[in-house]
Amino acid sequence: MLYHTASLQDSELKAASFEYARAASLAEACALLATHGDSAKLIAGGQSLVPMMAMRLVRPAFLVDINEIAGLKFVKIEKDAARIGACTRQCVVERDDALTARVPLLRQALAWVGHVQTRNRGTVGGSLAHADPSAELPLAALVLGAKMVLRSSKGARALDAEKFFAGPMMTAMRPDECLEEIHWPVWSWKHTGSAFTEIAIRHGDFAMVAAAAQVALDSAGRCTRAAFGLGGVGGAPLAFPRIAERLVGSKLDDQAIEEAAADAAKETDPGSDLHATKEYRRHLARVLAGRVLREAREKALAATR
Amino acid sequence: MSDKLHEVLIEVNGKARSGAVPARLSLVDWLREELRLTGTHVGCEHGICGACSVMLDGEPVRSCLMYTVQANGHRVTTVEGLAKPDGSMSILQDAFCETHGLQCGYCTSGMLIAAQGLLNTNRHPSEEQIRDTIGGNLCRCTGYQQIVEAVQLAAERMKAT
Repeated sequence: MLYHTASLQDSELKAASFEYARAASLAEACALLATHGDSAKLIAGGQSLVPMMAMRLVRPAFLVDINEIAGLKFVKIEKDAARIGACTRQCVVERDDALTARVPLLRQALAWVGHVQTRNRGTVGGSLAHADPSAELPLAALVLGAKMVLRSSKGARALDAEKFFAGPMMTAMRPDECLEEIHWPVWSWKHTGSAFTEIAIRHGDFAMVAAAAQVALDSAGRCTRAAFGLGGVGGAPLAFPRIAERLVGSKLDDQAIEEAAADAAKETDPGSDLHATKEYRRHLARVLAGRVLREAREKALAATR
Repeated sequence: MSDKLHEVLIEVNGKARSGAVPARLSLVDWLREELRLTGTHVGCEHGICGACSVMLDGEPVRSCLMYTVQANGHRVTTVEGLAKPDGSMSILQDAFCETHGLQCGYCTSGMLIAAQGLLNTNRHPSEEQIRDTIGGNLCRCTGYQQIVEAVQLAAERMKAT
């Protein structure tokens, strides 16, 4: 049957035809995924999926809408971690001052994610599950070592971010699993600071290269913990725990930071495209990694939490 | 290909509107083609240009990036819903006219929705906040400066009321 308005014919609809169900609960969403398997796709905010469906790069036969599942929308701050429901809107996280006080990298990363209109609709879990290699939230999750809780009708399991991101738009999630919540570690050191930056053609566009860092200092200004990573320089975000470990014990002086940034850039193997060559991306990787580490250090020195 | 139709009941500009839609019908296509609310424009149709911005439950979103069926039970405000009840222009719309905040008008409905969304939550926006807010809306005519001035003028006038 054609859509019944005179002006809009079936052939003019952008997406390929699909069946649709609005899941009322996570259990219902999981049951639908179990039934429909590979042919089903979850839709959260849809800010990446709907464009891909409009261009018919993706043609799910069955769309399971998780937007109305209240149990997937929450922010709970616990002692060692902030737990965020997968379908929590990015704008909600961005505005949450208590969360920002515990996991500042989230607001810093979200400032680079799309625009107000897309953050009003886009979700935290959706961005992670989409796993765009230049996206901001996957990089933040990797740098902080976030834990993803995945639910299927068979049960739940938790995966560390480093095991979760498998490649460009690929995760370790099975087709019958739904991301339920994300645990973002809270660093308890008083002097903790973080930073996020990126270079894109226009603000809100995909990053050519993105960088994120978090460091903690003791009262003498010595680094007690450091983590940093880069996005847009490979098929998945990259973290550099081995290089970051070398910074521990140092005063995070500029030279130590420059060396760490240079070593990290050497480990990247970015691609070339119309917008940036491999060499330019590697250059950005070094410069931006240094920039976020220095900024994180300054924030940590100024922190009074 | 036959599409199953889904019943929807959506509050649009204060009125309950119902319909039966295929799941793949975007919200902007329903607003324009079914409700004939053609003030909301269709630009890129994949979430880049911002021309299709509407408010969903009071917050600006891109109506090309959601399916009509997803708006079922929700509240939508389009540019037609910004005018005063007597049909005269809102403070923000007047300000756009006065500062020449539009030329061809294609982006204007999206700009108005984005700017109104900002003014609803921030009565004293800085120029930087205004520019950040309209950063997701492309305008090929004005160079943006007059649009920024329009939002500043509207904020000024709202302070006075």
